[in-house]
Amino acid sequence: MSEEKSDLIDVQINGEWHSFPKGTRMIEACREAGVEVPHYCYHPKLTSPGNCRMCLVEMGMPPRPRPGEDPPEPDEDGHLPISWIPRPAIACANTIAPNMGINTESAMTEECRKGVMELLLANHPLDCPICDQAGECSLQEFSVEHGKGESRFREQKVKKPKNVEVGPRIRLDDERCIMCSRCVRFTDEIADDPVLGFTDRGSHTVLTVYPGRELANNYSLNTVDICPVGALTSNDFRFQMRVWFMKETKTIDVNCATGANVTVYSREDKIYRITPRQNNDVNSDWMPDSHRLNFHWIESDARLTDPLVKKGDTHKQATWQEAVATSADALASLEGSEIAVIASARMTNEELLMTNRLVKHLGAGHVDTVTRTGEADGYLISADRNPNTNGVKLVLGLDDPGSQIDAIKEGIEQGRIKAIIALQENLVEDADFSADLLGKLDFLLTSYPLANPTADVAHVVLPSAGWAEKSGTMINVTGRLQRLNQVIDGPGQTLESWEIIRDLIQATGGGNGIYAVNDIFKQLTQEVSEFEGLTWGQIGDLGIPLIETGETIPLLEREAERKAKGLIVG
Amino acid sequence: MAIVVKRPKLKWWEQLYIPGIISGMRVTLGHFIKIVSGKKKVTMQYPEEKWDEHLPEHYRGAPALVKDEQDRERCVACQLCEFICPPRAITIKPEEIPSDDKWAKVEKRPKAFDIDMIRCIYCGLCEEVCPEQAIYLRKDYAITGTSREEMVHDKDRLYEIGGVRVGLVNKWNELK
Repeated sequence: MSEEKSDLIDVQINGEWHSFPKGTRMIEACREAGVEVPHYCYHPKLTSPGNCRMCLVEMGMPPRPRPGEDPPEPDEDGHLPISWIPRPAIACANTIAPNMGINTESAMTEECRKGVMELLLANHPLDCPICDQAGECSLQEFSVEHGKGESRFREQKVKKPKNVEVGPRIRLDDERCIMCSRCVRFTDEIADDPVLGFTDRGSHTVLTVYPGRELANNYSLNTVDICPVGALTSNDFRFQMRVWFMKETKTIDVNCATGANVTVYSREDKIYRITPRQNNDVNSDWMPDSHRLNFHWIESDARLTDPLVKKGDTHKQATWQEAVATSADALASLEGSEIAVIASARMTNEELLMTNRLVKHLGAGHVDTVTRTGEADGYLISADRNPNTNGVKLVLGLDDPGSQIDAIKEGIEQGRIKAIIALQENLVEDADFSADLLGKLDFLLTSYPLANPTADVAHVVLPSAGWAEKSGTMINVTGRLQRLNQVIDGPGQTLESWEIIRDLIQATGGGNGIYAVNDIFKQLTQEVSEFEGLTWGQIGDLGIPLIETGETIPLLEREAERKAKGLIVG
Repeated sequence: MAIVVKRPKLKWWEQLYIPGIISGMRVTLGHFIKIVSGKKKVTMQYPEEKWDEHLPEHYRGAPALVKDEQDRERCVACQLCEFICPPRAITIKPEEIPSDDKWAKVEKRPKAFDIDMIRCIYCGLCEEVCPEQAIYLRKDYAITGTSREEMVHDKDRLYEIGGVRVGLVNKWNELK
C-alpha cells in the first residue's frame, strides 16, 4: 500500500486536487479528471511532437524560496501553494510533477486557444458543406467552443493542391490540412511504411507523398480515421453519406481470427463504412484496409433472398415451411452415419451450439468445418482467416477443425455418405468439393448468404444472414470472447443461421424452447464449462478473456514496447 | 410548469350569454350588409381568377433549386436540408463532379434530388438552413398530380421551377 502511494503524484486541476501515477502526461491527467483539453496532433498511440499548440494550458509549481527565505507552508492536506507560470505549456508532451497546478479555464488558456484557432483557420477553406469530415471534425468542434467566431484575415488564402491521389484508396486535400502530422507519424511508427512528409515552409507547408511512392500499404485508411480534419478522405466513402445520418453499431470484424473491434456506420439498412474501434487488447485503434472494405458484398445482387427447393433440374422458390419440411423428409429416410454436417468457423458460438444439437439429434456420423488460412502480416491480420476457430474447438467440440474434410469426400465417393448439410460454407469454391462429387449425394442442403456453385447442385438452398445481419459471440485468436452485434436487417426472407438450424431440428422431431439468440447463450453457459456463469451483458463492448491460447497480436506487442519506453501513452 | 389560467368571473347577465350573442350578431350583420350592398368583396372565382399578383414576397410555395448567373447549379449536396426537413420530404444522392468539369473545384453535386410534394409542409426550413443559397421556396402553390410518382419533384423539375437567381454570394470563384 505504501509503495503504491509513493508512485502517485498530487496535481491540482482547475482548483481540485487529484492523484495520478508518476509519468502521466498532463493531457491524460486532465482527461481522467473529466476536463477536456482540445488537441489535434496528440494521439495516445503515436509520439507527441507537440506541434499543433492547441493543448496549451496555464501551469504552476510551488514557489521556490529565495536564499534566506522560509519555504512555503503546506496546508492541512499537505499541498503547497501554487505560483502560476506566466507562460503556457503544452499538456500533451509534458508529464505531471508533484504539487503541479493546471488551469484549463483561465483567461490565458482561453486566449491561447483562441489564438491558435485563429491561425489554423486563417488558411482553412470554408467548404464544410462539401467536406466529408463535417460533423466529426475537430477543427469544426473546437472553433465552435474556442474560436473567435469571425475572421480578421483579409488577405488571399494560400492556394494548395486539392484532390490529390496519394494512394489507391486515399485522396488528399492540402488546403484542409492543419499540419498535425498524425498521418506522417502513423505511417512511420505503426505501418512501417514512411511515405508521407511535409515540404515547403511557413504557411506554404504542404503534406506530400514521397516522389515515386504512394500511400498504398494495407493500413493506409487508418490515416483517414486519425486525420482531425477532412484532408485525407477515403475514396470508398467519399461523398457517399453525411456522418450525422448514420447509425453507429459496435461490433467486430469477421475477416480473420483477430476479430478487430469495429464501428459500423449504416443508414436505412445500408452499410456505408466501417472504422476501427479502440480495444487495447485486440486491435489498439487500427484495422487493415482489406478487412475494412470487405462489406460491399452484403448488398450484392447475388444475395439469396428466398428458400429454394430443387424440383427436377431447376430450383423453385419455396416458403420456409416447404424448404424445411423437404429437408426433414429427406433426412428422415437416412441413417445417421450416412449424414455429414459441414459447419463453418465463421459461425457464432450460438450457431455452433445449435449445430452441435443438430449433429447429436440426427446422429450425424461426420462433422467438420472448413479451414481458411493465409499469411499473417505481422500487424493485425492473423494467419487463421476464420473468425471463430476457437469457438469451433470449444463449442462444436472439434479438436482439429478441417481434418475430416478428406474423409467426408472419400465417404461420398464410396457411397457411405449420402447427405451433406453445409452451413455457411461454399463447398465447391472454399473446400474443393467438385460439383460432380456433390452430384452423387442423395441430399445436399446448403445455407449461405450468396448464390454460389454449391447452391447450384444443392437440393435445398436456404438464404442466411451475413455477418452484419446477425448477433452472437465469437472467440478470437487470443481466446477473447467478443460480441458480434446486428447492424442491419437481412434482405428478403433471410434468417440467421441459429434460426435455420432450430427449425431443422424442430422439423425432424426435436423440440426446444429457443426464441432469441440470448436463449442460446444462456444454454451455452450451462453446457460449456468455459462459459459458466457468464451473462450477455458481462461481455460488454470490449469482450472478456475466456481461454488461454498462447497467441499474441504482433502490433500490440510492439505498442507495448513503445509504451514501456515512454514513447507513447498507449 | 403548468400555467394556471384565470377564468373571468361572469356577472349574472353575462352568464345568460344573450348579450354576447347579440353583440356578435351585430358584427356579422355589419359584414353582411357591406357585402350585399357591394361595398366589400371577399371571394374570388378560383381558378379563373387568381390571387397570384397579390402574393407577398415572403410567400412560401413549392421549394425549388436555383442556378446562378454563371449557370452553375448551386447545390453541393451537403444534405443539410434533408437533415432539417421535418416531414422527411427531401432525398439527396450526392456524387463527385468529374475533374474535367468547369466546376470541378466544387467537387460535389447532387446526382439525384427528390422532394416529395405530398410530404412537403412548406415550412421553409430547407431554405433557411441552406449554406449555399441553393434552395428557395417559390410562389408555386398549385402542385397537383394524378399519381404519387408525379408528386415527387426530381432534380430537373426543381431546376425548372427554380430557374436562375441573380445576386447571390459568389463563394466558389477561383480566388476563394
